[in-house]
Amino acid sequence: MASITLDKIVKTYGASTAVHGIDLQIADGEFVVLVGPSGCGKSTTLRMIAGLESISGGTLKIGARVVNQMEPKQRNIAMVFQNYAIYPHMTVHQNIGFGLYTSKLSRAEKDARVQEVGRILGLSHLLERRPAALSGGQRQRVAIGRAMVRDPQAFLFDEPLSNLDAQLRGQMRLEIKQLHQRLGSTIVFVTHDQVEAMSMADRIVVMREGRILQVGAPMELYNRPADMFTARFIGSPEMNMLDAELSGDGLGFGANAGRVALVPDALPPGLRQASSPRVAVGIRPQDLAPLNAGTTGAALVLHGTVRVAEPHGSETFVHLDLPSGSVIARAPAAASYRPGDAASFKADRDSIRYFDRETEKLVA
Amino acid sequence: MSRSATAPVPRSIRPGAIIAWTCLFVGGVIMITPLLFMFSTSLKSAGEVFDLRLVPANPTLQNYVRVLSDGRFLGWFLNSTLIAVITTVSCLFFDSLVAYTLAKFRFPGRKLVFLAILSTLMIPTEMLVIPWYLMSSSLGWTDTYWGIMFPGLMTAFGVFLMRQFFETVPDDFLEAARIDGLNEFTIWWRIAMPLVTPALSALAIFTFLGNWTAFFWPLIVTTDRDLYTLPVGLSSFAVEQSIQWEMIMTGAALSTIPTLLIFLFFQRYIVRGVMLAGVKG
Ligand SMILES: Nc1ncnc2c1ncn2[C@@H]1O[C@H](COP(=O)(O)OP(=O)(O)OP(=O)(O)O)[C@@H](O)[C@H]1O
Ligand SMILES: [Mg+2]
Repeated sequence: MASITLDKIVKTYGASTAVHGIDLQIADGEFVVLVGPSGCGKSTTLRMIAGLESISGGTLKIGARVVNQMEPKQRNIAMVFQNYAIYPHMTVHQNIGFGLYTSKLSRAEKDARVQEVGRILGLSHLLERRPAALSGGQRQRVAIGRAMVRDPQAFLFDEPLSNLDAQLRGQMRLEIKQLHQRLGSTIVFVTHDQVEAMSMADRIVVMREGRILQVGAPMELYNRPADMFTARFIGSPEMNMLDAELSGDGLGFGANAGRVALVPDALPPGLRQASSPRVAVGIRPQDLAPLNAGTTGAALVLHGTVRVAEPHGSETFVHLDLPSGSVIARAPAAASYRPGDAASFKADRDSIRYFDRETEKLVA
Repeated sequence: MSRSATAPVPRSIRPGAIIAWTCLFVGGVIMITPLLFMFSTSLKSAGEVFDLRLVPANPTLQNYVRVLSDGRFLGWFLNSTLIAVITTVSCLFFDSLVAYTLAKFRFPGRKLVFLAILSTLMIPTEMLVIPWYLMSSSLGWTDTYWGIMFPGLMTAFGVFLMRQFFETVPDDFLEAARIDGLNEFTIWWRIAMPLVTPALSALAIFTFLGNWTAFFWPLIVTTDRDLYTLPVGLSSFAVEQSIQWEMIMTGAALSTIPTLLIFLFFQRYIVRGVMLAGVKG
């Protein structure tokens, strides 16, 4: 196992730049997830770590070694691909064993390793099958087995679960996480699914357009997103954003916004330092609760009309039309909302995040 | 992508289908008639050859005994086998090696090289025979196995065919192998080649047939009767003394055996969709 250090890593394709000098320290044994929308450079970054893509600038270290110029095999990393990439002309046993291609172990030792990996991944009874006779989940497990068998410095995963159906994805997510706990290996995992990121990562790296926006533990990103993009990206349903204007009287939600306003007392002190008066108010649906008769002390109350209610069993998400814009709010499962009903939701002072609308950065 | 290659069963027979079947049937009869005559003649005695009945009146295996006990025939047969096997193996190896490089590596001039190779397909063999001959005679290759084989050791057609197939091999396989520590040559040999076995089988059949039946170039480059290939040797039955049709037909019948075997052996591997199983499409 080893740490991985990216120092101002750049990737250019001709005139276009896919990765703009990113810095990242991945500790030994850490499970790091790279997330971001399609085309943000996640795969490119991962492939540079793997050695499948040349590095245009910066320094990449695995452990203490600078590996910029090294071949993939010299880096001793293992990679699991989105499309599994297990060899169709070989049996499961041969596929897993292929991870030991360069190893100097004896035949018997190799065989024992394959058996062991097969057992851990629940593939023992399938070892003589070919990939054509396996299900998607089993194929992905074979691909993971081929990576595991070698005891590499680090595991790289490029969206390994995106071809699986929702149920299997949840199961594999759990298995990979357990595998990490058991092996204590360094893992860099790429996904564009924030649920995967939240549920598996020690640390999440949010990327956008070839840059890192924020790095942090899942709950850190959830609670204190550094900017509007991360705020929207992490968490489901995504964070509500309301445009507002900062003035001497507090925060106003636009002329036609039903004159909802936040008085200065309710505003965090940091907000006063905002460079521009135009701010975005971010509230997670989970932090919007139905306004009950006796409620006092709510920092913000939103009155609107129910557009649609989505029961999720344990809770119901209510889509609320406001005089300007709309929000999603969480209500208890028992509550019944019908389209057209008037409804009011409140948010506590501590749960509200303020972003500068010009820079999109978190203000308070 | 569908994994099954079976055609749907037609519900009702359309007029187009009747025409198509008729054409195919007529075509089939035209193709098979000479073969039938070949076999039938090979079973006739010399006096009976011009009696054009399909079923010989007095079938005999005498011709086979004569041809097989004639040392020259066996020699030609072995020459042909040797040459066809070596050229086929060579084509499978070198054509795919070049094709793989052209399909999977990015280097300057790659398109140009491919076009240059393709353009040689446009030149008819007849035009090449004279330069080949001049080259062979100045290098002392006439009347050698090498002289017969060298033009066929690599083919532009094979490169073209294999390149098209290698293009369909997902890069993920190759990258996975790279990470597993294989070198580029081993990746080609252990991973890419097994994934294109259908194409290799097709190429093997084409190349073997082409070299087994090659006539013009072997005829020109050899004067030593011991080096004749089977087609050249059989045709020499025709020019010496009187034409011995029954002998020629017997030799020809025997010469179809290897082609049949090659076809039966390789066609098993022409199974579609082998590659689809390892990646999710
Ligand atoms: N070979 C290439 N040549 C030119 N541009 C490329 C090449 N490969 C990737 N890019 C560009 O680099 C950028 C990052 O691509 P990358 O594959 O890393 O995205 P990604 O974050 O993995 O997206 P996805 O979630 O869709 O897989 C994209 O804008 C892409 O167009
Ligand atoms: Mg990607």
